[in-house]
Amino acid sequence: MTTTLKIVRYELRDVLRSRSLIAYALFFLIITEALVRFGGGPRAALSLMNVVLLLIPLVSIVFTTMYLYHAREFTEMLLAQPVRRSQLFLGQLLGLAVPLSAAFLVGLSIPFVLHASEERPDVALVVMAACGVLLTFIFAAFAALIVARIDDRVKGVGIAIGLWLALTILYDGLVMVALMMFADLPLERPALVAMVANPIDLARVLILLRLDAAALMGYTGAVFERFFGSTWGAVLASLALVMWTGVPLLLGARRFQRKDF
Amino acid sequence: MIRIRELDKRFGSAHVLRAVDLDIVGGRVTAIVGPNGAGKTTLMKMILGLTRIGEGRILVDGERVGDDPAYRAHIGYMPQIARFPENLTGAELIAMMRDLRGGAAEVDDDLIARFQLADHLGKPLRVLSGGTRQKVNAVLAFLFRPELLVLDEPTSGLDPVASSTLKDKIAEVRAAGRTVIVTSHVLSDLDAIADDIVFLNEGRVGFAGAVHDLKLATRQLSLERAIAQVMLEGAVA
Repeated sequence: MTTTLKIVRYELRDVLRSRSLIAYALFFLIITEALVRFGGGPRAALSLMNVVLLLIPLVSIVFTTMYLYHAREFTEMLLAQPVRRSQLFLGQLLGLAVPLSAAFLVGLSIPFVLHASEERPDVALVVMAACGVLLTFIFAAFAALIVARIDDRVKGVGIAIGLWLALTILYDGLVMVALMMFADLPLERPALVAMVANPIDLARVLILLRLDAAALMGYTGAVFERFFGSTWGAVLASLALVMWTGVPLLLGARRFQRKDF
Repeated sequence: MIRIRELDKRFGSAHVLRAVDLDIVGGRVTAIVGPNGAGKTTLMKMILGLTRIGEGRILVDGERVGDDPAYRAHIGYMPQIARFPENLTGAELIAMMRDLRGGAAEVDDDLIARFQLADHLGKPLRVLSGGTRQKVNAVLAFLFRPELLVLDEPTSGLDPVASSTLKDKIAEVRAAGRTVIVTSHVLSDLDAIADDIVFLNEGRVGFAGAVHDLKLATRQLSLERAIAQVMLEGAVA
């Protein structure tokens, strides 16, 4: 077994026993169960999507930031072992992103297994699950990047929450304001760039393209669908989302490699 | 044997180590002492590869400290603060370290018995007291029979019995020909175990040599008074 996998294995044991992780899985289970039980269908899927897009980035970035700050002394201890920094960085990140994703998937899927006869999970749900997992990895990687760069815990957690706030809430508002201010100009390309530049927007469009709810996509999503058509749009958005995982991961690994502990 | 040459380190505007030249002799116990902020922990962390070497070089048994982590397989490290993953047990922690070192077959678990830790190893580490965690910390440092032990304030948080046990253990590994680097604020502890002393002040080596020589040079009987005199006078006459 490689060193990275060894680190993942023990971190998994630690994280899987954490109460917050169990609470996280239970939360998704209750929300999904409630939505399936009281209605189901596309409206339930939309509500679930909003929960996924808001909550997964928040929990992933805050949980990972706090865990890694708390593990600071243990990280030093592991670095004093014959372990490469890149192995440790990747191992610690996977050891958090994997159980967080698993908790979300378990919470999401149990209600659909229980109601298998009346509620058939459709493609949109699978896309939502995949987006949730990708967002978990992206925001956990952002957290690892923040912890590698910022030594002050309070500041680090603040930046993590600020980043979440910026990407989930402020970003769309700012894009809308910008689009309105330059309404006279052709804005399709800038709007597309704005969407690809935010992983949460990307995930939203991916899910909505599957839900056939273009009207809810907002301006950027509507442009996106018209520009690429559904299939191409989905493929490109998926690729962009996967690439988003790599950005904080590579930046974080580079910083971790040079960091003074 | 550790050879340190022209080691220089800055953290932003702080100049923590200034052109440090030092040889740490194998098979002996070397204590690193100095006032707060003198660069003791930085020097130890640089030997371990935790803090990157700015300028200069460190050779541990001829291997230059850099990106290759292999040399750390021969080092046991006891950090000052013992914080471990909360939900793992002591036994799992030991298994993890063993795994990371490629499943070392022969281990020295003698301290587990001497600290009477066996009953605590099955419990999650978060429920252990600070002192018990510090004992686990010590066990991990000695477990793989490392050629070099780096101990940062090893007796802090230990009760007198455990502290004596640990000092006995240090004397035993020294007798077995292994090398120990240790820092402590309790100079009487160091007086009992150290052969050599390195006195750091504002990132410079103020004295490096045998404890005995330092006492002779300062005409003091105890290490504590000898160091106090060096600190007052700034250097050894």
